[in-house]
Amino acid sequence: MTQTPAPQRQGGNRAAGLLAALFGGGSATVFALLVVIFAVIAVVNPGFMEPPSLMAFIKNAAPLVILAVGQYFVIVAGELDLSVGSLVGAQVVIAAALIDGEESRTVPVMLLMLAFGIVVGLVNGLITTLLKVHSLITTLGMMLVLYGAIRLWTGGSPTGALSEGFRQAGRGGIEMSVVRLLPWALFILVAVVIAAVVLMRSPYGRTLIAAGDNEKAAAFSGVRVWQVRTAAFVLSSVLASLAGVLIGGYAGVTAQVGDGLEFTAITAVVLGGVVLGGGRGTVVAAMAGALTVEALFTLFNQLSLPSTIRPAVQGVIIIAAVAYAARERSRPAVPATDARPDETTGS
Amino acid sequence: MRKLRVLSAGAVTAVLALTACTTDEPADTTDEVDQAAEQPDDGGQSSEGSGDEWFVQAEYEKQLAQRDKEPEGPADKPWLQAIDPEYVETAEYAQDGNTLCFSNASVANPWRVTGWITMQQQVQVYKDSGDIGEFRVSDAGGDDNKQISDIQAFVDAGDCNAIIISPSTTATLTPAVEAACQSGVPVIVFDRGVNTDCMVTFIHPIGGYAYGADGAEFLVENLEPGSKVLALRILPGVDVLEHRWAAAQEIFADSDLEILGNEFTEGDAATIKDTVTQYLQRGEVDGIWMDAGDGAVAAVEAFEDTGNDYPVMVGEDELGFMRKWKETGMTAIAPAYSNFQWRTPIEAAVKIWNGEKVPSEWVLPQEPITEEDRDEYLDRNEGMPDLHYAKFGGEDLPGFPEAWQDR
Repeated sequence: MTQTPAPQRQGGNRAAGLLAALFGGGSATVFALLVVIFAVIAVVNPGFMEPPSLMAFIKNAAPLVILAVGQYFVIVAGELDLSVGSLVGAQVVIAAALIDGEESRTVPVMLLMLAFGIVVGLVNGLITTLLKVHSLITTLGMMLVLYGAIRLWTGGSPTGALSEGFRQAGRGGIEMSVVRLLPWALFILVAVVIAAVVLMRSPYGRTLIAAGDNEKAAAFSGVRVWQVRTAAFVLSSVLASLAGVLIGGYAGVTAQVGDGLEFTAITAVVLGGVVLGGGRGTVVAAMAGALTVEALFTLFNQLSLPSTIRPAVQGVIIIAAVAYAARERSRPAVPATDARPDETTGS
Repeated sequence: MRKLRVLSAGAVTAVLALTACTTDEPADTTDEVDQAAEQPDDGGQSSEGSGDEWFVQAEYEKQLAQRDKEPEGPADKPWLQAIDPEYVETAEYAQDGNTLCFSNASVANPWRVTGWITMQQQVQVYKDSGDIGEFRVSDAGGDDNKQISDIQAFVDAGDCNAIIISPSTTATLTPAVEAACQSGVPVIVFDRGVNTDCMVTFIHPIGGYAYGADGAEFLVENLEPGSKVLALRILPGVDVLEHRWAAAQEIFADSDLEILGNEFTEGDAATIKDTVTQYLQRGEVDGIWMDAGDGAVAAVEAFEDTGNDYPVMVGEDELGFMRKWKETGMTAIAPAYSNFQWRTPIEAAVKIWNGEKVPSEWVLPQEPITEEDRDEYLDRNEGMPDLHYAKFGGEDLPGFPEAWQDR
């Protein structure tokens, strides 16, 4: 942030600053879009705003938000992770095959999934940083390896079954009167959100952004870029494994679990104003991006929009929103003393 | 810059507003919009009732009639039965070798995986008896071009004594099948068809119209007039799936059921569950029609998790669904796209080599599983995985049951 503060009309009220923050582009655009979409949904179907429906929305959206957080770590560090969709699918299929309906195996298998997630992240990270293979290629390869290995192992279609205990995380919750069910997914989601925000405010988070913003400068100032980036890949894989637990719990096992999730997650992060190439954007905005994508899917459903034109409408909205947000970067930024301190470090 | 900002902001609002306007209409008109969007102008030859490019009235009626016909052949071996067979002599195809070649479209879904295991077990029987020497297989992984070159490779090798083809798509594979026919070896096509009759035999169950109609008729019979039905479909544009939906539309059109919508889910359980949940948030859903049973359990769970009564359900003979059906006691039917058809091409090849006659179009029986025979099929398939198909027809093969369990 080296630009000189633009002259500011003093006595400028906070409301104007807030409006500028909301509609002035950058990461804030996504929050505006989210509000607009929710407003349209509420008009189309007031029933959606009832607590049980909102809880169902959260339960369904939680995995994508978690994936978006993982993808954010990697993208802000200047890389990409295309392997998360395959990893989600692999983890669910592995879990079903190993648990095979036995309640007692739930926890050991979950630990195994965590270990597998860490290994996948380490391999992604080390190949990218030490062997200097572009992460697009590394993770594309990992995506294909996982996809193929799982099909080789299972002969093409998943076997076994998840235990009831395993499915609780994504499907169950606390029975309550108003919301019907307070889903466990909500608690997990809140925990991930808090952890992610804390992490991005920690020294690690700042070095992560520094590494993505300017690799050389970060290296000269003593950051071990390869370590920081590898850790980002591990975080992404571990969060993808967690998302796998939630998705498998939510809907059970099918051969298609996880298909295409990597692109939905990247879309969510980009929609949140996080810049591909690294160094800019906040983790909260990335999560808002994920919620926006899910809300958009919900809106299409509520409008009974013909399935055939949904991808086109989705594409137009995403391009328009990102273009609107990108406009921010091509003109002098709002001075740092304004309503948004610390913009790039994940508030 | 300011202009750009206004422009892109305008675009977002315009799109949102547009989508809201064009579709904020009664539910039954969106269905027409849907069809109009999918259907290119084909010179106005579409029939009334179903304005669908995938619908052929004569074929529809033929398939519905075939469901009531008594098939010829042994009742305990449905894979050898045939409906209205017209036999062809096969003496001209006598071979001096017994290498069997198989070009498979893919093993990309559990239905194909189940059938593929059954086929391999059947081959083993004939290998042990000496009828089949070598069994050569190429898997195209769902890629038309790969399958065309796979078939060409069999032809070029010149040592296949019969070629079995399970085409990945109809029109694209037709020339390749014709080329295989011209090489002089007997060609057997099964599952999806091609636009030629040069093969010795084309093996398939009754078909998609019958499949779609079985489920739709069940809903009409078991729901009160005015009930609301949601249709869940996997993908648009795949002939076998479009036929199922076209037949269902035909039957729904003559009924008093209200069709809430038809949604594409790609067979993904999470998408299915989310879609059904959202329909339930908007109002009642009394019945679910599906063009394939993948993820039927997720649809049922959406009713459980939102505290709604079970719908009248159309699933498939996938075991996961059948187990859920029994466990919940809901009203349901399991249409079956006879998985045992994977045995028939092997039997056909051996028959042709032996000079026995085979039906030129080998139509296999295709019956849904109903509540009456559900438990019997569950017993027969005990210990099989959820993504296994009840009508796999391999119980008498030597590898049963381990081969299907350890997939």
